[in-house]
Order: sequence, then structure tokens, then C-alpha cells
Amino acid sequence: MKTENILEITRTNTNISEEKRAALKEQIFKYLCFFATILPLCLLAWLLADTFIRGFSRLNLDFILGLPSRFAHKAGILPGLVGTLSLMLLTTLIAIPLGICAAVYLEEYAKESWLKKTIELNVSNLAGVPSIIYGLLGLELFVRLLNLGPSLLAGALTMSLLILPVIITSTRESLKTVPNHLREAGFALGASKLSVIRRVVLPLAMSQIITGAILSISRAIGESAPLIVIGAATYLAFVPLGLLGEFSALPLQIFHWVERPQAAFVDNAAAAIIVLLIILAIFNGGAAYLRQYHEKKRGCL
Amino acid sequence: MNYYVGKREKILRRLIELGLLASGVLSILITIGVLYVLISKTWLFFEQVSFRAFFLDTVWTPLFSSQRFGIWALVLGSMLVTGVAMLTAGPLGILAAIYMSEFASSKTRKSLKPLLEILAGIPTVVYGYFALTMVTPAMLPLIPGLNSFNALSPGLVMGLMLIPTVSSLCEDALYKTPRELKEAAYSLGARKLSTIFLVTLPYARSTIIAALFLAFGRAIGETMIVAIAAGMKANFTLDIREPIQTMTAYIVQVSMGDTPQDSIEYLTIFTVGAMLFIITFIFHAGSKIILRSKFKAKT
Repeated sequence: MKTENILEITRTNTNISEEKRAALKEQIFKYLCFFATILPLCLLAWLLADTFIRGFSRLNLDFILGLPSRFAHKAGILPGLVGTLSLMLLTTLIAIPLGICAAVYLEEYAKESWLKKTIELNVSNLAGVPSIIYGLLGLELFVRLLNLGPSLLAGALTMSLLILPVIITSTRESLKTVPNHLREAGFALGASKLSVIRRVVLPLAMSQIITGAILSISRAIGESAPLIVIGAATYLAFVPLGLLGEFSALPLQIFHWVERPQAAFVDNAAAAIIVLLIILAIFNGGAAYLRQYHEKKRGCL
Repeated sequence: MNYYVGKREKILRRLIELGLLASGVLSILITIGVLYVLISKTWLFFEQVSFRAFFLDTVWTPLFSSQRFGIWALVLGSMLVTGVAMLTAGPLGILAAIYMSEFASSKTRKSLKPLLEILAGIPTVVYGYFALTMVTPAMLPLIPGLNSFNALSPGLVMGLMLIPTVSSLCEDALYKTPRELKEAAYSLGARKLSTIFLVTLPYARSTIIAALFLAFGRAIGETMIVAIAAGMKANFTLDIREPIQTMTAYIVQVSMGDTPQDSIEYLTIFTVGAMLFIITFIFHAGSKIILRSKFKAKT
């Protein structure tokens, strides 16, 4: 009787301790996972905070509106800033209409055929091609073959090729969200395919298309490798004007300063990074706002 | 409205349709362009340099007077940085995905996801700055023998950048594990931990592998971080404390200098580009094939 009791007690005891151990294990694993999620964010916060502190003292109007210089404290980012903004504008004008047209073709017109399959496969593969390879294509095609030189236009065309697959994919996703019965309602009223696309599909999908376009343009803003390959200047002592002239861009200017051994130039790089990140934040914030607006609108539909 | 369609209108419509078709076909032309440029220049390169000198050598010095073209020095450099990046992004990305899909409340999940996505949105030149001016100096006192240009810190920073690439795909897959499967495990008395390891993770396995492949392809093609922080010295070594050069960084190095057109130095960047293209293509296509076969198996 007594021994049985003891056995019973030890058994429950081990059960409890096993239970506890399992619960503890689970807790530990949970905190490990939590740590893995938080750690990258904390690291990023540290890196950004340090950069902001370092660059903040250099950030003033003279810096933004100044030209690069041999003297770190006199140098500014105007050529890079103007280059980035004009590159952005040109890339938008070239890539977005083309991307939307291609997406409309694939979603609305193309029948299931080898051509559609080939284009789809091709777009998905292009998304995996490293950006520097687009630089090599741009170097041979635009800079040499079309004889544009390392110009703003060549840079914008190269960037357009780079983001085209991204725009096509995101636009297709937006077109897919337009319910089919709305298209059919249009057809039932006797509208042609083209007018259904123009009057029904595109207006409904537009804010989502624009969101995707903004995100892909913001990818182009931060990109520097293809621009270096086509021969864009990392140091430009004048403001680039004109499509066929030399140009620079903000990321290239940052690259140039980071490479300099003097600490004062690294401060400049930090300040230029702040400007670049602010531009990107504006873009991404705009995209997020548009997405919310779109969700609200869809809610009413 | 459209009872009668005039001839001009018909032609206009046809033209618009053709325009749409043309922009669809443009993407194929891009691929053809890339392939043509890489292949034609690589061809010219191999007219001057033998396959032997390219594939059976480990010294890469095309810019020196004693030129040697052993591509493995660059490939190993790329692999080294990528290895560090994958060892960082792989475990952290998968664990973060498990946290968000299994442990976090839906509210936390919704706010954590976009926060992690920020990591992927930061320009790579900024990551290069982080690696060179902050991560390397922070590690110099900790790791004896660490060079101020090395493979370790660009690898770590690249890993940080790739975390969302791994975590977002994995998280989707984990989250979509059918409820019945999890509940079956619970009803058999399994704890959450064993359910995660025996049900959810195996279910999402192929997506996780696909995500890792995708991240690997990106890491190999990543340029600016290594160009800034890894040093520009082709080095056939497995020591991550040493300066190395990757395929991408070599292309940048040549592009920054003045090399005469169609000289052998100029041709090397296309040959290296072709090598890079092949490697990234294998990993990207591998990832897509895994994802597609999984999709097919489910339907």
C-alpha cells in the first residue's frame, strides 16, 4: 500500500515535471522566435539612428543646394539630387505606360497560348536577373549601339528595363482583382472590349496600379549598380541638364563619399543617405496611403 | 453605342491591340538582348583566352600586367559572402516567420510584417555604408585577425537585407497550413511545439526551400554592399576575415575605371556577367520550379 502510494506520487511528479519541462521548452522556443523577429529590427534601428546622428549636422540648405567639392565641408548633393529626380521622372514616363500595356495585354487580351506562356515565364525569370546584368545590357545597347553615351537618357532606359518586369507583375495582380461580372456587365451593354478596359477595368484598378508603380519606381531610386556599369558619374561638379548630358544620382554620390577614407566625407555620405531615405519614405508612404484609400473605395463597391 | 463600327475605329482598335501585344513581346526582347550581349562578348573573350585558363585556374588578375583569368577566385568570393548571408537570413527569417504565423496575435502580425519589409526597401548602397562604417568597426575588437575589408560584415548586412525575402514567403506558407492538420495534431495530445515541428514546418517545407533558393539568387547578384565593404581584391580563400572580390564587385571595379572598348579587360565583365547570370538563373528557376510543383500537388 505504502510503496504503491509512493510510486503513484512519483509518477504524477514526473508527469508534472515533464509537463513543466515541455511548457518551458515551448516558452523558450517562443522567445527565440520573438528574438529572431525583433533582432533585425533593432539592428536596423541602431544603424539608422547612428547614421541620422552622424549626418544630421551636415544637413542644411547649403548641402542640399551645393555642388560636390574636394573639401568635405563645402560639398553638396545638388547634381545627385537633380539626377535622381530626373531619372525618376523619365523612368516613370518610359516604364509605366509600357508595363501597364503589357499587363493589359496579358490579362485582358492574350488567350492561353504558347506566346502568353512564354511571356509569363520570361517576366518571372527577368525578375530574378541581378540588376548589374541590366547594366551590361544598357552599356552595350544604349550607350554603345544607340550611341547615347553615359547619358541621362541611357540611364533612364536601363532603369526602365530593370523595373518593367516588376510593374508588369504588380499591374497584372491589380487587374486580376477587378471582378469579372463588371466586365460582363459592360459587354452586356454593348461596349467593345477596348471601352470596357478603358472605362471599367482600368479606373477600378488604377489606384492599385499606381501603388505598384510607385513601389517599383522607389526600387529604381535606390539602385546604383546598373548606373555605374553604364558609366554614370559618381562625382559630377555641375548640375546635369539635358537628356543626352552626363549625369549622376544620389546613390552614386553616396558611393563616392563612402569610398573616401576621410571621416568628413563619410559624414557627407550619412547626410546624403538621410536625404535618400526621406525621398524613399515619401514614396512608400504615398503608396501605403493610396492602398488604404483603395481599400476604403473597394469597401463601398 | 456600338451598333456600327466605322472603318477608322476598327483600324484604331487593331492598332491599339497591336501596341499592347508589342509591349508584351518587349519583355522577351529584353531577355534576347541580355543573352545576345552576354553570349557575343563571352565568345570574343574565349577567342583570346582558353577555357583552360578560365576554368582551371584560381588566380584572377586581368587588370594586372601578368593577366590570369581563374574565375573560381571570384566565384568563391561570391559564395563566401552569400554563405554568410544565408547563415544569417535563413535561420532568422524562418524563426521570424514561425513567430509571426504561430505565436503572434493577428494585430502584432499585421504591424510586424510591414516593419520587416522595410529591411528589403533600404537601398543597397546604404547597406554598404552600414557594413563598412559601422558593422566592421564594431567587430574589429571582437574578432582577431579581421581585416578592415572582409567577407564577414557585408555577408551579415546582406543577411539582414534578405530576412524579409525569406520570412514573407515562409510566413505565408506556414500561415496557410490547413487548420484541420494542426487540430488533428492537437487532438492527439501534441503540444504547440511538436505541432510546429511535426506538422506545420513539414507542410511548408518546399516553400521554405524555395524561399531560401530565392534569397540565395539575390545574394549572389547583390552588388553595392560587397563593392563597398568587401575590398576589391580577388582572393581564392575560405577565410571570411580576409578581403575578397565577388563577381558583381569586379564588374563595378572595371566599370569605374577607363578600359578601352573591346579590350580583353572590357570583355571580362561580360564573361563574368554570363557566369553570374547562369548561377542566379539556376537558383531563381529552381525556386520557381519548387513552388510550381507544390502548387500542382495541392490542386
